[in-house]
Amino acid sequence: MSIGWTREQMAARAAQDIADGAYVNLGIGIPELIAQFVPEGREFVYHTENGLLGMGPPPSEDEKDLDLMNAGKKYVTAAAGASYFHHADSFSMIRGGHIDVCVLGTMQVAENGDIANWSTGAPGAIPAVGGAMDLVQGVKQIYVITQHETKHGEPKLVERCSMPLTGPGVVSRIYTDLAVVEVTPDGFRLVELAPGISFDEVEQKTGAPILPPAR
Amino acid sequence: MDKQVSSIPEAIADISDGATVMIGGFGASGSPIELIHALIDQGTRDLTVINNNTGNGEVGLAALIGNGQVRKMICSFPKSSQSKVFPELYSAGKIELELVPQGTLAERIRAAGAGIPAFYTPTTVGTVLAEGKESREFDGRRYVMEPWLQADFALIKSEVADRHGNLLYNKTARNFSPIMAMAATTTIVQSKRLVAPGEINPEHVVTPGIFVDRIVEVAQPVHEDTLIGQGRAYP
Repeated sequence: MSIGWTREQMAARAAQDIADGAYVNLGIGIPELIAQFVPEGREFVYHTENGLLGMGPPPSEDEKDLDLMNAGKKYVTAAAGASYFHHADSFSMIRGGHIDVCVLGTMQVAENGDIANWSTGAPGAIPAVGGAMDLVQGVKQIYVITQHETKHGEPKLVERCSMPLTGPGVVSRIYTDLAVVEVTPDGFRLVELAPGISFDEVEQKTGAPILPPAR
Repeated sequence: MDKQVSSIPEAIADISDGATVMIGGFGASGSPIELIHALIDQGTRDLTVINNNTGNGEVGLAALIGNGQVRKMICSFPKSSQSKVFPELYSAGKIELELVPQGTLAERIRAAGAGIPAFYTPTTVGTVLAEGKESREFDGRRYVMEPWLQADFALIKSEVADRHGNLLYNKTARNFSPIMAMAATTTIVQSKRLVAPGEINPEHVVTPGIFVDRIVEVAQPVHEDTLIGQGRAYP
């Protein structure tokens, strides 16, 4: 029976691969949990696209400030050494390649690193993109955290995205509940299996070939 | 030099039908509610509005849209936790949408203020949003051309203003306001505090007064989230 990683464990595993002193942008959802699992002795500086660098932990009830929010519209604090800036400067940091890592959720990731996480492509749906397309083009490393399969048991790691792309060939690493997967010039390569998970199971649930770990 | 205007209605009186209006704010944060509600009261119609979102609940920008005063929205994310106003109008074909990625939106606004008619960005390359756009290679990488985004008016919320129009903001309520202040032909500010010139350290000014035309002091500005939490609707 599968065990795999919980959302918290996926976040903790991704945090292990982020260097000390890295400037990090965390997408909405599971990626936000990374802030709770920074490895001992390391410091990350969090950027939030609505104009804060040095985002701190969630505020207490008394500390909540209506003018201090993150891009997901949640209350945050400003850590020591934080700075505020306007939107053009915020996206200069993003587009100008100054942010080291962005961790995003997704609907689909392809074996060539294409990511589709802004639209299902459903007809009649209201299109909404936010900062996602800027992030995937500008940030130095794009990590994805996602369940390996959809709620309906369909693969999210695929040969080619069927949904509209957020960006082409941008993803370098994927953290799922079953495994850590690298995107390489030869396609998906397994880096690490979650506890109790077999390579066969990952292979079955991935919608594209997946190579075993490099020797 | 004194840019103070004595009332909000006076500050917005020349916003006429068909105008293009930038509204500061990222969601509720930094949204100039009092200026928006005054625009609703004034009944100005057929507006093109530029904002990151499309408002929330039935107050502020959402109320302006719901009141049928907006012909077109230019924004990056027309969705929010409690939005039904924009989705309903959009599905009924009663409002136009120009979807612009957030960074491109910010830079198009900045470029207008800076006198730069177009620029290239990697954002949207390889996606459906780049369709129909000119592109070019620089140093072996493809970039898409984007034009400046100008406006007749900007409605801005600031924390502190001096009578010359120098502005300070508050934390993440800053967001789009400084660049919208630059871009719009007429920049209208509601400021929590209005001080004499010289009280703001020149080293700390975030928006130099050259970009600002009118200031109204609104000492106790209401926050959009507060109104929504109270279940309020406007008018």
